[in-house]
Formats: sequence, C-alpha cells, structure tokens
Amino acid sequence: MTWEYAPAPESRAIANLKPSYRMFVDGQFVEGGGEPLKSINPATEEVLAEVSTASAADVDTAVKAARRAQDKLWGKMPGAERAKYIFRIARMIAERGRELAVLESLDNGKPIRESRDTDIPTASAHFFYHAGWADKLDHAGFGPDPRPLGVAGQVIPWNFPLLMAAWKIAPALACGNTVVLKPAETTPLTALVLAEIIQQAELPPGVVNILPGAGEVGAGLVNHPGVQKVAFTGSTEVGKLIQASLAGTGKKLTLELGGKAANIVFDDAPLDQAVEGIVNGIFFNQGHVCCAGSRLLVQESVAEELLAKLHKRVATLRVGDPLDKNTDVGAINSREQLTKIQELVASGEEEGAERWTSSCPLPDKGFFFAPTVFANVSQAMRIAREEIFGPVLSVLTFRTPDEAVAKANNTPYGLSAGVWTEKGSRILWMANRLRSGVVWANTFNRFDPAAPFGGYQESGFGREGGRTGLEAYLDV
Amino acid sequence: MAETTTRESPPEFADAARDEASLRRFLHGLPGVDAVGVEQRSAGLATRSIKKDSKLWAIDLAISMVDLTTLEGSDTPGKVRSLCAKARRPEPGVPSVAAVCVYPDMVATAVEEVRGSGVGVASVATAFPSGRSSLRIKVADTELAVEAGATEIDMVIDRGAFLSGRYGKVFDEIRTIKAACGNTHLKVILETGELATYDNVRRASWLALLAGGDFIKTSTGKVSPAATLPVTNVMLQAVHDWHAATGELRGVKPAGGIRTTKDAIRHLVAVHEVAGEQWLDPHLFRFGASSLLNDLLMQRRTQLEGHYSGPDYVTVD
Repeated sequence: MTWEYAPAPESRAIANLKPSYRMFVDGQFVEGGGEPLKSINPATEEVLAEVSTASAADVDTAVKAARRAQDKLWGKMPGAERAKYIFRIARMIAERGRELAVLESLDNGKPIRESRDTDIPTASAHFFYHAGWADKLDHAGFGPDPRPLGVAGQVIPWNFPLLMAAWKIAPALACGNTVVLKPAETTPLTALVLAEIIQQAELPPGVVNILPGAGEVGAGLVNHPGVQKVAFTGSTEVGKLIQASLAGTGKKLTLELGGKAANIVFDDAPLDQAVEGIVNGIFFNQGHVCCAGSRLLVQESVAEELLAKLHKRVATLRVGDPLDKNTDVGAINSREQLTKIQELVASGEEEGAERWTSSCPLPDKGFFFAPTVFANVSQAMRIAREEIFGPVLSVLTFRTPDEAVAKANNTPYGLSAGVWTEKGSRILWMANRLRSGVVWANTFNRFDPAAPFGGYQESGFGREGGRTGLEAYLDV
Repeated sequence: MAETTTRESPPEFADAARDEASLRRFLHGLPGVDAVGVEQRSAGLATRSIKKDSKLWAIDLAISMVDLTTLEGSDTPGKVRSLCAKARRPEPGVPSVAAVCVYPDMVATAVEEVRGSGVGVASVATAFPSGRSSLRIKVADTELAVEAGATEIDMVIDRGAFLSGRYGKVFDEIRTIKAACGNTHLKVILETGELATYDNVRRASWLALLAGGDFIKTSTGKVSPAATLPVTNVMLQAVHDWHAATGELRGVKPAGGIRTTKDAIRHLVAVHEVAGEQWLDPHLFRFGASSLLNDLLMQRRTQLEGHYSGPDYVTVD
C-alpha cells in the first residue's frame, strides 16, 4: 500500500509580504542611496520584494546615529532598563512567530518545519536569554561594572537570516552597545521585520540600524572609523579580508566562518539514533550550516550496516516546497550556491568517490538538490576538504580512536564535531582531543543561547552565546 | 533450551538462543538506544501534517487495524456481544475492525458473535496482566482460549525474569506458549512500562522475535505508561531489522493510551517512515484500543461531511 501525504502548505498570506522594504536608520524606515535589490524566492525564482540598499553615505549616517544613541542614552541606561526593551523584543518575535517563519521560508528556501520549530523560537530565546544578562553583567566574571565597547558593526549570512541577527543583536544590546547590522543580500526580509518589531518595542532611535546591501555595504561598515566592534558570520574568504583590513585599527573582532565538521560514529554507538544525528547534521537547512556534519567518520566494523541504514533513512526525506509542512529539505538558497554544490559533487565523482543520491522527486523549478551521500571518500579528495554548504555528505572510515581524532582534526577548519558512542569515558577522551569549538555527544546541531558557539583556526574566533559570549561585546 | 517449538530460529540467529549465555551475549550486543535521540525522532515524526485524502485513507486504515478491546473484571456476555456488534460494523459504510480482544472466558461468546464477519477474536492469556503464575497455568490458560476458538493469543512475558536477566526463562516460556497456540497467531506483550528503558524494549523485542512471536505488543493497558510513540518507534525498528536480516515479516501492536485519531495517525506515520509501507497492513500493525474507534469514526465523518458531529452521534458500547 502506498500512502501519499496530501500537500499541507502553510498559507503564504501569513507572511504579510510587502512589495517593497526599506532600510532602518535612526528609528525610521528610509530609502537607501544604493541600487535597490530584488529578493527572490529560491523555490520558485519569483521576485518577492524590492529592497532598498545603503550607500556609503547611508552607512555613515547609520554609524553616527548609533554613536549618538550609545553616548547619550543606551550606554548610560541601567541594565535593568535595557533588559525591559530586550524582553519586549523577545516576546514580540514569539508573538509574530508564524509570520516570521513563513517569511523566512519564502525568502531563504528552508522548510517551514525548520523555520517554525527552530529558527524563530531560537531567535526569540536568544533575546530572552540576553535580556536576563543586561542587569547582571557585574556577575559575569569580567570584574565590576564592565563597560560596553560602543558601536558594533555586524554582518550576517543568508543561512539563518533572523536567527543570526538575533545572535548578533541580543548580546550587543544587553552589554550596552548600539548596532549597525547588514543582513545578507539574498535574505534581507526577516531582518527588516525585526526592525519593525524593534520600532514597535520603542527602542530609542539609533540603537539598532539595519542596512541591506551587498558586500560593499558590509566592507564600508566594518571599515568605518566610528565602529568599535566588528562581528562577522560568513565565509572564511571574506573573514580573512575583514581581519586583514582591521589589523592595527584597535577594533575588537569576532569571526564565525566556515567548517568541515566530522561526525564520528564508533562501533558501540546507538546506531539508529546516530543515523538520525547524521541526517540532522548534514541535511538540516539543506546543509547550509557552517557547523554541518559534512564528514561522516565511521568505524570500519559498522560501516556497512550504518550506510545501509543511512541510505534507507535518507530516501525517506521529502524534498520540495518549503512551505509544505511535510517538507524535510527545502530549496538551495541561490543559483550561485547550487552551481557551487554541483561543481563540488562533480569533483567527488571525478576523484573516484562512490555517489549515492536519493531518488526523491524534485520540483520542476527553483533551486533544488537531492540529498547525496558519497562513500569511499579519502582525505585527499576535495569533497573531504572543502566546505560544500549543501546536502552532500562525505563518508570516510577509521579503525581506532586515534585515527578518528587524527582524521577529524586534519582540516584547516574547527567549528564543530560529533561523537557517537555509548561509552561516556570515550566521549570525554575524544572531546579533549578534537580541535573544534563545539563537540556534540550523541546528538548534533543542537543550539542553545546558554551554550557558547564558535570555532578554531579558519573557522574563526570568539564565542557567541552563554556567559563567554558576552566578552565579545564588553571592554574587558 | 526447550525444544517444544513450532517455529525454528532462522539460521542467521540459530546460535543466538543456543543457551542462556549466548542469548545474553546476543541481546546485550544489540546497539543501544539513545533516549534523547529516539524521543527527538518521534517528536519530529509527530509534526507530519496529514490532511484531506491522505487523512481519510489513514482513518480507514486505522479502523481496520483496531483490536477492539474490553479487559475488565466487570465484563459480561452482554458487554462482549455489544462490543462484537460494533466490531463487525462500526458504522454503516465503515470497514470492520481487525479483531476483538477479550479475556479467555469471554472467547466463546465473542466467537459466536463475530462468526463469518472476518473479525478475529484475540484472547489475552498466560495469567494476564501480571503473568505471575506457573507455566502450567499459563499453558492451560492458552489452550483453553485456543479451544474456545480464539484466532489470536496475546500473552504477557515474565517481566520479573526479564529484569533479573533470566532471558532463557522468558524465551522458553514464549516458545512453549507458541507451541500451545499451534496455528493461532501469537502476540507477545512486553509491558514496556515495566521494562522502563528503551534498551530493554529493544532487547525484549528481539527476544520475542527470536522465540517466534508473530507480533510484539507494547502493553497490557493496565500499567502506565502504556504505548508511547518512542516505544513503538523502537519496536518498529526491531521488526524492520528482523525483516532485513531474515526476510520474515512480524507485526507490532501498540496498546493502551492511544485514544485520538491524531495519536493513531502519528503512529501510522511512524509505521510508514520507520518500518516501511509494507507494515501499513492490519496483518502487521494493530492498535489495542477501546475508545479510539469512536474518535476515528467521528473524525471520519468530519472528513466526509466537512463539519464536526459530536460524541452523541457515535454509539457507546
């Protein structure tokens, strides 16, 4: 018997999509001086809205507004007062959760199940968490009365548009900084709805400014002399450029860059749950996750059994309309990203890895890529070394724990890792040796505002979230 | 091990049950179940949105999978007869349920009532629900139910023996009861609420499959928690893996605690995505339930008529 799930689309009307969006500066929505951009729905390639972008002069205006707000008001405001505003933002995000979720799925291509159950609730949770810190910074371990840095220039990526905005804005505000944030070129919409929420929460003008635009707006922002703190999440390539251009300026910098995480499965692992963790690790958000478990390292003695289970499970993933509540894997965010994934997958085949791709049906239009698993991958292949940022898993094997550690660490990145074993002592042994900022044990891609997140080496530096994350926004 | 079998272990697992030590090694060698992971997966499956035609299809399938159950000290022939009438024809135009499930002394009454309707008669046996009696009594209990015409036997395992690690005793008992069943279908109730851990649920599932149970069933309905989605998930994985290893199809029956259509559909989604679509079949999946049927009937009507009716529009039996 076959049971076809009927389409269960979330209503598009909930997104309150507007034909045009404007940037948010000094408490007002204003036209930008830059060339407007068109944000498209990657699942259909239709234009969703026109968005004004910032010119160099707009960046200057925004930074000055942020400076004024910091000097005159926000920096002096007692923490307990700042907290009230941040709590209000957190509540308003939660209240408008459905609207934000649908808009996020339209603009980004991620399945509504994820935007609804992960992105939006976690974004709200980040504001709630950091609101709680605002009046307790004396007790954060940085000495009495730690001071804010000033104006934070923040540039965020397209993979978790609203969530990354929350990761950046919430700690900055809690610590008394003001913010100029540039959302990604392809996904500016939810950040501008967040600006609406910020306006309705009556945050004083200039405390948060949001400037859509392409790379040059980001470059103008991070290099603006009025900015004291730069936070960037995105590619390693751009991160290096930012680090080079900030050298010697005295600006405080945190970078959260790429990754090529190893998900390590030992022979005594809970195999069925490991399969879930592997699937979640690489197919969550179409693999557009900097900490994605893109390399599966599996102990040889269980490799065959695990791969069979993995194929069966991946074949059940439903790829398609991001607004359908039963979609597991949505659209690739842009044609550019799709081309990059296709190119790397071709290199994997050329270099002799064994490709398996789910036979799931794909929509006729839009940017889609079927979940793919490469077996017999060796460390030397490009698909084992380069970040694919797509639904493509590379499977390697190991024989001993030492070999697992050596292979896992054999990458210029170091953002996250996963360890699967029923043996607690081995988890601790591994965690001590793995060079990655996050090590998940018997789970993967779990995010909590109380847990610091960040990388080693080419994955960047600095931590976001938790008590540790406050340091990036304090003059300590 | 006792060799009173009607079903040999498949060659793949012939050694697993050779003696007590082998059985222990085999069961403890099964991969563990991570509680957080299996609960997360179950919660994920529960978010599937089943609408329109696919919902109506699922409701009809669920009705055909119900083992309509009454297991009370207050059961009377009258009660059992009205249950059987409902089982044969839950409502005009609605398929009959899979079986009725009663205590052994009610089997004869039930058999009389469902004759010719295709509805099976399942009897609990083996000192249900605690299983605290001698093997002689358990065998006699089973034989009486079979003689009275039961087409399915729902036995309970000796949880005390299982929890104290005497797997051989549990294994032998299942084999003995299977032999007493002859051609009658055997469902093995694990009483997962008393086994407490998912690791134990997995081991007990494999133990029952090795010993020849046709179905593995979660609960008696007398212990809380009864059927939960993660427990059903672990058991579905076991029958799937059993099939992959031996080619044999065995069934799963969650029982107790499933009262709503929404809950039943969540279980069917798990059947579909964890075990596979082959198991979307009353021969391989059952719901042990009493109040579930009425909710299914109400929801069915809602799907067809476009509005809710209410509990006064379905029969109380």
